Amino acid sequence: MRVRVEQTPLPGIGVRHDLVTNSGRTVGVVSHRNGRRDLVLYDVDDPDACLASIPLTDDEAAALADVLGASLMLGQLAGLRQQAAGLLTEQIAIPAGSMFVGRRMGDARARTRTGASIVAVLRDREVIASPGPSFVFEANDVVVVVGTRQGLDGVTAILAGDIGD
Amino acid sequence: MHGTTVLLIEVGALLFALGMLGRLGRRIGLSPIPLYLLAGLAFGHGGLLPLSASEEFIEVGAEIGVILLLVMLGLEYSATELVGNLRSAAPAGIVDALLNALPGAAFALLLGWGWKATLVLAGITWVSSSGVVAKVLGDLGRLGNRETPVILSVLVIEDLAMAFYLPLITAVLAGVGFVGGMQALAVAVVTVIAVLVLAIRYGGAISKAVSVQDAEALLLSVLGLTLFVAGVAAELNVSAAVGAFLVGIALSGQVAHHAVEMLSPLRDLFAAVFFVFFGLTTNPADMPPVLLPAFGLAVLTMATKVLTGYVAARQAGIALPGRLRAGLALMPRGEFSVVIAGLAVVSGVQPQLAPLATAYVLITVVSGPLLARIPDYAWAKSWLRRRAATRRTTERVPATD
Repeated sequence: MRVRVEQTPLPGIGVRHDLVTNSGRTVGVVSHRNGRRDLVLYDVDDPDACLASIPLTDDEAAALADVLGASLMLGQLAGLRQQAAGLLTEQIAIPAGSMFVGRRMGDARARTRTGASIVAVLRDREVIASPGPSFVFEANDVVVVVGTRQGLDGVTAILAGDIGD
Repeated sequence: MHGTTVLLIEVGALLFALGMLGRLGRRIGLSPIPLYLLAGLAFGHGGLLPLSASEEFIEVGAEIGVILLLVMLGLEYSATELVGNLRSAAPAGIVDALLNALPGAAFALLLGWGWKATLVLAGITWVSSSGVVAKVLGDLGRLGNRETPVILSVLVIEDLAMAFYLPLITAVLAGVGFVGGMQALAVAVVTVIAVLVLAIRYGGAISKAVSVQDAEALLLSVLGLTLFVAGVAAELNVSAAVGAFLVGIALSGQVAHHAVEMLSPLRDLFAAVFFVFFGLTTNPADMPPVLLPAFGLAVLTMATKVLTGYVAARQAGIALPGRLRAGLALMPRGEFSVVIAGLAVVSGVQPQLAPLATAYVLITVVSGPLLARIPDYAWAKSWLRRRAATRRTTERVPATD
């Protein structure tokens, strides 16, 4: 399960991190001293050579990390579901017409009322991990909820605006 | 008054011409070093347009150029990198020294040169150009390759070895004899180890003493310290270049990072002057007789560099294509070879040395980066793949029996 990331110093240039994927491909990142990063993909026929070396700016690297991080987080949640029987994870979209659009998460009192927790919010391909009660929802946010079947249904109903106070 | 005006005109025209040459070099994908050397040949004694008024000025500039080249090299490596790399790369470094210094020495003996010139030529053929090799690796998109750390560690070992070689050669050329040379070497060894230990233990404190906040003050203090230490080192016959190199190593972290940014333009200026100056001291009329020997030496020592890269990469568990890439990338000789030859020229040990070194560096630095591309061509790749395939099948046959 654990992925081994290998670190190789490149004297005078920076450092290289690489890892071998389950499918047998090797990917790496060359981090230059001056902050530049190169994403490198290795050749299958000649595993010592890179097939492509893609220079990334700070912003591009951060965006790529976010995209990859989002899928990673969902994957970990799926793993959690398998470990604890009866505990489920679900992604629930907040409909544009929901009464919670523009309101604070604390106002929904989802955990108090259903026992299920909102662990993350996905917005514009970005992951907002463990949002606090003062987090303000926007239309088309997707919340990631962990709880029992009943709890998840409850949160869905609250966010859709079916259950009022 | 008149002298100053002529000086301005000559230096201005020279720098402008170098700028144009640099642009041309970039356009055709050539390192500026050979172009600067050629410019020096053209402007030197017996050249097309001899510069007379500015030669003294250029000579001082060249001296500063060597110092800046070396301090920048020291700044690029941290002391921990140098020492950490030493243990794993030492075998490769020894192979590199034996395979590349010995042919140069043998060649000098064959030409009937004295032992001093032999020692000089050994150094010239030994050291690859870190600047050119690093640039080639970047240009060919090979920084992520697995053989790249092998190449870089060979370069680091060579640069570190220069910290011992340069004081030795400086002392020998100063005419102190063999014992004096050994004394200089001993002084260099003690100094280098002391600086490395200081830099690793107290590098943070040294760098903290030099404030980063004030850019101007940082530039002046780092440059001043470098020139001062280089001067003291030269006075002690330990080579100014090595003093500068050690200052670069001793500085680390933020200070090193900012110093690199600020000294880079100065280095570019004075290094260009240095290469031109070396060309200036060579009379183009002396070149034709040494062209053939230089070519032979270049072919021989480029082949030994390929072998060096092959052996070093094999030790690191790299496959055949990677070994060839490592070997071919190491071929260009550049700044260090010129620095070493420059020391010899000043002492006038062998009149043929300067033209030979010029021709040798020109050949390797131009052809090296071109030849380094060979493994990337489709025909070379398919040849290597076929080779790997046949090897695999021949290995499999006995296994199935």
